[in-house]
Amino acid sequence: MSHDASPPSPSNAPPLLSARGVHGGYGSMNILNGVDMTLHADEVGVIVGPNGAGKSTMLKAVFGLLNVNQGEILLSGEPIQNLAPNQLVKRGMGFVPQEKNVFPSLTVKENLEMGAFLKPQNVKRMLEQVYEFFPPLRDKRRQPAGELSGGQRQMVAMGRALMAEPTLLLLDEPTAGLSPLYMNEIFDRVKKINAAGVGILMVEQNAKQALAIADKGFVLAAGQNRFTDTGAALLADPDVARSFLGG
Amino acid sequence: MNELVFFINNVLIAGSVTGSIYAIGAIGVTLIFSIMRFAHFAHADMMTFGAFMVLLLTTAFPALGPAIGVPTALIMLPLAMLLTALLAVGIDKAFYKPLRAHGVKPIVLVIGSLGVTLMLQGLIRLFAGTSGQSLYVDDRKEILRIALPFEGARAPIVVTEPQLYLFVITIVCVVALALFLNRSRLGKAMRAMSDNPELAQASGINTNTIVAVTWVIAGGLAAIAGTLLSLDVTFKPDLSFFLLLPIFAAAIVGGVGHPYGAIAGGFVVGFAETLAVFNWNVLLRPFQDSFPAWLELPSNLAFVGTEYKIVVPFFILVAILVWRPTGLFKGKVI
Repeated sequence: MSHDASPPSPSNAPPLLSARGVHGGYGSMNILNGVDMTLHADEVGVIVGPNGAGKSTMLKAVFGLLNVNQGEILLSGEPIQNLAPNQLVKRGMGFVPQEKNVFPSLTVKENLEMGAFLKPQNVKRMLEQVYEFFPPLRDKRRQPAGELSGGQRQMVAMGRALMAEPTLLLLDEPTAGLSPLYMNEIFDRVKKINAAGVGILMVEQNAKQALAIADKGFVLAAGQNRFTDTGAALLADPDVARSFLGG
Repeated sequence: MNELVFFINNVLIAGSVTGSIYAIGAIGVTLIFSIMRFAHFAHADMMTFGAFMVLLLTTAFPALGPAIGVPTALIMLPLAMLLTALLAVGIDKAFYKPLRAHGVKPIVLVIGSLGVTLMLQGLIRLFAGTSGQSLYVDDRKEILRIALPFEGARAPIVVTEPQLYLFVITIVCVVALALFLNRSRLGKAMRAMSDNPELAQASGINTNTIVAVTWVIAGGLAAIAGTLLSLDVTFKPDLSFFLLLPIFAAAIVGGVGHPYGAIAGGFVVGFAETLAVFNWNVLLRPFQDSFPAWLELPSNLAFVGTEYKIVVPFFILVAILVWRPTGLFKGKVI
């Protein structure tokens, strides 16, 4: 019997994402020096930390965009380290890069369709669902994504990743460069998407607001875990606040 | 009136013929660039290769066409397209893919394609010889003379049968390409990969498939353009020398990476060529009386002689690179 009391995930199922002692980086040079992470299917995980801590690097390592030289990453109990991104998409992972995350000359609808490239039979149903998550996209569906504002582009990018019906969605700084209004809207959508059954792991610069919606927070520094706890506990921790949240 | 007919025959029709061929060739160049980011210099030789395949097939079964009433070369065109598409995919697998796998700079691929150019030309010469040959083996090239129903119009508008086929096939190609790129799943994925290859991969699009599809389309179109040009004039193994510069000029004029730009660019370059070699004396002669007496019109009033036609796309290329390097439709800079 497990003493884990969270009811929605069956206690004997492996966690959605589990990383143990991940070392990795570009080529043979390590930026990550042993990162551990566990995330369950119903959780929002947020990675915060100072610049150069390896936050985005960790996300890219999970999505197979750079080398994992040591340690292992498991998706629902199966090792996935160093699998190619398109194989990870097939296994239910979605990734939204921080920059260049839309196809600028394709219309909003075409951008979304590309997200479901591997599951063309789902396009209609998933389009409806994405339009429900992001109502502004329905009106803009015939417009080239390159003409949209930053916040709407972020919606297209997240919608594109959702089209493949991922079980785990990786977001790299989804609110970077957005106004506070759009930032709150994006966080609000993240909660809704998570409530619909998608595990979420995101890197955030707006640490306080992000930890406020996080079930799990990972504070990284110099490529290693510094603090790992629930979002609320990290926000309440004076050490975390002093060192990483600006007092 | 006759002067106008002369203008239609020598500029409108001739320009549309040249423009169509350049446009179909430039579409291939621009598609390859937008997916693989390199200037494929061997493209004009793929056009020659396509025409050569048609020549081989037509020589092998010369009686097929007359029996049906269509030039044999046209019946053989789909098969030649297939063979050229296979050649294109094969060349990519053998020469360009290993280079891409090494992550080389685009210039290395460009030089590699120059090597492929020499290889293809050598191969074609080995089998076809060096002289020109007509693709009309057992067929007769029909020439249509359309008399105008106007008074004083003695000269007819002259169109040849292959030119009519050329116009029809060009329109079909352009419509089919537009439908493919905008409606089909693969076509949209091609545009997506041209926009952002990393994101295309992160969306689960298999970029190897897209590369292969690009070669199939480029190869098929190259066979069409090469064959239609050879039908209009004759097949020559060194056809590509006169095609390479104009089709690159067309692709760049239209904005590299824009298929519709390539079509527009093809016609711009084609018409520029025909207008430059057109003898304007013919159009000005009727107004000779209104010119001052000391001004005598020279009998040949063309901008450049026909033998120097190739300088026209060259000048267009230089001008566009100097003043508008992204082309008319804002493409990428090669």
